[in-house]
Amino acid sequence: MDLFSQEKAPIYEALQKFKAMRVVPFDVPGHKRGKGNPELTEFLGEKCLAVDVNAMKPLDNLGHPVSVIKEAEELAADAFGARHAFFMVNGTTQAVQAMIMSVCKRGDKIIMPRNVHKSAINALIICGAIPVYVNPGVNKELGIPLGMSISEVKKAIAANPDAKAIFVNNPTYYGICSDLKTITELAHRHNMYVLADEAHGTHFYFGEDMPVSAMAAGADMAAVSMHKTGGSLSQSSFLLISNRLSTGHVRQIINLTQTTSGSYLLLTSLDISRRNLALEGKSIFAKVTSLANYAREEINKIGGYYAFSTELIDEDTVFDFDRTKLSVHTRAIGLAGVEVYDILRDDYDIQIEFGDIGNILAIISVGDRALALERLVSSLSEIKRLHSKDKTGMFDHEYINPEVVMAPQQAFYAGQYPVAIRDSAGYISGEFVMAYPPGIPILAPGERITKEIIDYIVFAKAKGSFLTGTEDMYVENIRIVEE
Amino acid sequence: MELWYTEEHTDNVRFSIKVDEHLYTGQSEFQRIDVFKAKEFGTFFTLDGLMMVTEKDEFIYHDMIVHVPMATNPKIKNVLVIGAGDGGTVRELTRYATIEKIDMVEIDRMVVDVCRRYLPQTACKLDDPRVQLFFEDGLKFVRSKENTYDLIIVDSTDPFGPGEGLFTKEFYGNCYKALKEDGILVNQHESPYYESYAKSMQRAHKRIKEFFPICRVYQAHIPTYPSGHWLFGFASKKYDPLTDIDERAWNSLGLQTKYYNTEIHKGCFALPNYVKELLVRAGE
Repeated sequence: MDLFSQEKAPIYEALQKFKAMRVVPFDVPGHKRGKGNPELTEFLGEKCLAVDVNAMKPLDNLGHPVSVIKEAEELAADAFGARHAFFMVNGTTQAVQAMIMSVCKRGDKIIMPRNVHKSAINALIICGAIPVYVNPGVNKELGIPLGMSISEVKKAIAANPDAKAIFVNNPTYYGICSDLKTITELAHRHNMYVLADEAHGTHFYFGEDMPVSAMAAGADMAAVSMHKTGGSLSQSSFLLISNRLSTGHVRQIINLTQTTSGSYLLLTSLDISRRNLALEGKSIFAKVTSLANYAREEINKIGGYYAFSTELIDEDTVFDFDRTKLSVHTRAIGLAGVEVYDILRDDYDIQIEFGDIGNILAIISVGDRALALERLVSSLSEIKRLHSKDKTGMFDHEYINPEVVMAPQQAFYAGQYPVAIRDSAGYISGEFVMAYPPGIPILAPGERITKEIIDYIVFAKAKGSFLTGTEDMYVENIRIVEE
Repeated sequence: MELWYTEEHTDNVRFSIKVDEHLYTGQSEFQRIDVFKAKEFGTFFTLDGLMMVTEKDEFIYHDMIVHVPMATNPKIKNVLVIGAGDGGTVRELTRYATIEKIDMVEIDRMVVDVCRRYLPQTACKLDDPRVQLFFEDGLKFVRSKENTYDLIIVDSTDPFGPGEGLFTKEFYGNCYKALKEDGILVNQHESPYYESYAKSMQRAHKRIKEFFPICRVYQAHIPTYPSGHWLFGFASKKYDPLTDIDERAWNSLGLQTKYYNTEIHKGCFALPNYVKELLVRAGE
């Protein structure tokens, strides 16, 4: 990385220059630098509305960049060690979908762990690719899905030598990494692409002593959520590619679904955040890691809770662990993670990322302070003192290995009718059921519904999980595939 | 040349003191610290520009935050003081020979160092052998304590900046745990007058009430604090400051005080109607 050139932020600088030009707007957006919407301008600030502008000559065009966006993309590529970096304004969801659609057509196979984000399976519905699921290991005690073991990946490759790509979470929501380097070597030897979902891995590119990043491991594409831990605005993201893919082809795929009114607020937030991480990332993420380590130590001292970390590493399904993630197992105090999540928010005004059946996850990022972490730790200590219960009767299973009966696209577009979820055992699901967050499907279209899955859904609902995915907003009924 | 210190009590109200001399300015890890000298108020110090202590009126605050709980339970032996870097609260506590141990937890060592140098009037008893200083976050300190103290005094800054954690449910809950079964919690309780302070006051009251069976609020007049009308919270697992006050015991100690007396003690819990209403509405 050329540190000297990283001090530039071309989109940001172009916007500043543009503001000084006081151009008279007869283009969109119609709020015309905020004048047409005084209430919004009062709320968000004039500075913000003044740069909510449309693509134009001095500001380049996201769909076909030739000047400042192109330059910003090149700087980002250099910062991430990629051949090219695309600025994404439709979320990492779009980046994930663009990765899959760039290498898979209808009927192509893609090897992936089942604990992918729903955006990956959504891409399969759109493009018609067929998933080959690799069972991620499960940590029985914590009830969380892990990474893919090399032996399972080898098996999947041997059984599906015609697969086009392998999709890897780097890391999972919980911070677990697979052996991405070895998977990449295996994939390339069998002429498959490696796509990495790095929605939670931005810091791998900038911090020291982190799990390997997708680009460093030699993977072909990576979807990086700059906004999750890197400080850019929500919905802004990077798609990185390496040498085996053509920039023009990937750009075409992106343009299939990307807005033609790319937000300059999002673009400039990516530009400024990239500069910040390129220049200061080492010290920022050293601080993040030390805050997370401190919180883990203090939480483990409380007793009952288990804030897990690198001790899970087993060189197999847990090849590496992201120490910036603060994941805490709560079941030993008799509370589901989602219950702790709710109490933190309702009683203590603390919002964490998610709570599932057995765990909570707090995101520690570029914006965190030691004082706020003291509040989290002290609240957890109080929740244990005031709310802990006998843990018998707690559900102890998180990952359920699905039986895939048909491709997601086929099931999604098949004839369907609704039945009550409790009566749905044995049928093929036509839609998703998931708790959001984390947004990892419990059921995906084309999968056989089992009693175990129904029990899990009922339990998660009773504990207050926010279930989504079905057409029925109340998640009482599920649409099943006509057989 | 005229030099004035100004604090904005609200966006539309300012409070100013004519300054003779700006004695010190420094930035700690947590906040900006300034010390001034003025004709009207003597030496005074501010944190992030907000008034903390003046030589002239500090006696009111420190009398009221210490003597009200001490007269309610003269048997208090083990005290935790949180914040209070100027030392005034500790100074008043050390006047009781019956107190055996005072732990003082101040997050910002620099505040204590600056006050020792410029405000010996309040910092003079920090070296009393019963006093032990801890420079850490009060929320963290109290988390590890259980059934330890007879009295906890929260002498904090406002609930933004380094003091934010000291106005939270998790803090009051941990204080409850750290107190013995007849323990008392007294806290700096903000002001009822200006809206933003009144909100903090209501929030604190609501949080404390969730833990303590006895929960009262008392007032004092402090000229240099916003509106001059200041409140303290008194919460306890056992003692009611109005019925359990041991007047004879306290008066027999013969302590000379400039503000507090046992008549004030009984009177200061009588609150104006609008304050009572704010407190009732705090639970909503």
